[in-house]
Amino acid sequence: MALTPESGAGPSVDLDDVARRGRLLVVESVAHSGAGHIGGPLSAMDLLVALYFRVMRIRPDEPDWPERDRFILSKGHSAIGQYAVMAMRGYFPIEELATFDSGDSRLQGHPDMTRLPGLEASTGSLGQGLAVGLGIALGARMRGLGVQTFVLLGDGETQEGMVWESVMVGARYGLGNLTAIVDCNGLQQYGWPPVPGEERRGDRRDPLAGTHLRGAFEAFGWRVLEIDGHDMEAIVAACADARSAASGRRPTAILATTTKGRGLSFTEGRFEWHAKVATADDVEAARLELGPGPGGAAGS
Amino acid sequence: MSIALRDVWADTLGEIALENHDLLVLDADLATSTRSDRFAVAHPDRFLQMGIAEQNMIGVAAGLATLGYIPWVSSFAVFLTHRAVDPIRMLVAQTHANVKIGAAYSGLLTGFTGKTHQDVEDLAIMRAMPGMTVLAPADATECAAAVRWATDTPGPVYLRLARDAGPDLFDVTYRFVPGRVIRLREGSDVLIVSTGLQSVRSLEAAVLLEADGVSAGVLHVPSLKPVDTLAIADAARDVRLVVSVEEHTIIGGLGGLVAEILAEHEPRRMVRIGIQDTWGESAPNAFLLDRHGLSPRRVAERVATELSELSGR
Ligand SMILES: Cc1ncc(C[n+]2csc(CCOP(=O)(O)OP(=O)(O)O)c2C)c(N)n1
Repeated sequence: MALTPESGAGPSVDLDDVARRGRLLVVESVAHSGAGHIGGPLSAMDLLVALYFRVMRIRPDEPDWPERDRFILSKGHSAIGQYAVMAMRGYFPIEELATFDSGDSRLQGHPDMTRLPGLEASTGSLGQGLAVGLGIALGARMRGLGVQTFVLLGDGETQEGMVWESVMVGARYGLGNLTAIVDCNGLQQYGWPPVPGEERRGDRRDPLAGTHLRGAFEAFGWRVLEIDGHDMEAIVAACADARSAASGRRPTAILATTTKGRGLSFTEGRFEWHAKVATADDVEAARLELGPGPGGAAGS
Repeated sequence: MSIALRDVWADTLGEIALENHDLLVLDADLATSTRSDRFAVAHPDRFLQMGIAEQNMIGVAAGLATLGYIPWVSSFAVFLTHRAVDPIRMLVAQTHANVKIGAAYSGLLTGFTGKTHQDVEDLAIMRAMPGMTVLAPADATECAAAVRWATDTPGPVYLRLARDAGPDLFDVTYRFVPGRVIRLREGSDVLIVSTGLQSVRSLEAAVLLEADGVSAGVLHVPSLKPVDTLAIADAARDVRLVVSVEEHTIIGGLGGLVAEILAEHEPRRMVRIGIQDTWGESAPNAFLLDRHGLSPRRVAERVATELSELSGR
């Protein structure tokens, strides 16, 4: 999907190509450091690329620009996905990804706002990011700042009770400037064995599979949009819709249907790739599947 | 053969469950890391998946315990002793519920996950709770014995487990006795007191010290609560210097415990080695042990420095 930049939006690039390159950077970085997560970052990659390259009003060379939109990766274990996208967007050099997970690095296993400029929150203990986003959205409104706050959660993460405390208070304060995006890939770390005939997108399932997330958010008073989380146009449109509703009194939840491990034939829908380290062979295979192909900008 | 404590924990529970039909394992979606997935495969009907919701899991365990079940809750230490600390305190410790807490990935060495996941305050928190038994085994044999003892003994138990395997210290004659401290090595210049896997590194430090002409004794404390207070005071009697070493903050854990005992029973010059009131980070194990002064080499250096300062005084 080629889009022309809008005011405040990112460079004119093909978002799918950027995402392909981001996926490869994730696999390479995890293989290089010998630790980290793969499934979650690949699942969220299209959402991250759309946000950083098209949706959010940001200045990578001025990460603390007061008017910037805010982004919080509540599913902090997908940090390497966020780092890869931030690097491609110009927050720091791509080469710095090689320091991921090593001592003294700014690129910690989970996002650490005390180390890396551009991070709005430290996360890693699931269920906490939406509360920080809520505080930012509330504070921004009190300060009269027209910024939008986006918080990316895992669907497994919504099992944490604290998520629903935030959902409740966000609705109570009518925070239209708060958007929760849920990466609904149906898998988590271990989960439950699949039940025959059950609809799922992987080899195990979420213990709360079958929970009606739309109904839950709506019952608390949120607007809900359901999209394909790998369709760039749909992601950008849903985020624009959320922003346009900012003056309304309801926060928006975007439920993005995704596939865990998306983009690589051997990781898609496989729960064991949640936190598996890619071998040299895996990296080779990933380069073949994701490397610069015909018409690809992945190597640029 | 050295086996990681998390593996020993899961496999021992799997064995106990063959005879003990009240034993249950509750997971908060970390089974592949904590190794409770092995238990899940062996005993699917005794494995309960609670999802990513640790506080609720503790409450569920407290409820199950009232029906005579023996629930072992499992997650990373940090999500138990921090996220779920209130339910542990109120629903487990205050009611003396028969709930066992299997705290995987304790300490600094948590596979590159960083400060969010490194639980270096767990001993301080759990030790401060009335009625809580707090155990930190050093090797596979001791861990298996502690798991069996905890399962058989009514009341709440916190079991500090580690991610990575360490060398074996004990043989088949080992018997777990709550509160007992274990003399790993005699020494007349300094007493090193240690707990968990750090005891192995402390023993290695004592060997390094011997090469430098320093006679270092090593005392292992597998049970921080209860603990044989007088045995620790006794062991300190004949040395000039006592050094506590732990993969934990120096505040309130083993260092706190030893300082409390010495202050009350046997005042001695004491040094606390451990995490110096700071946070960890994502890094290789060797880097972390070195940075926080916990590698055998760093422990030995610190002990030698402290001893020579004492002599110079
Ligand atoms: C409070 C807390 N409990 C447990 C974990 C360990 N953990 C890390 S990722 C994960 C699974 C997350 O699943 P989901 O939110 O669905 O994310 P995704 O599938 O996109 O990776 C778990 C249980 C954690 N980081 N925080």
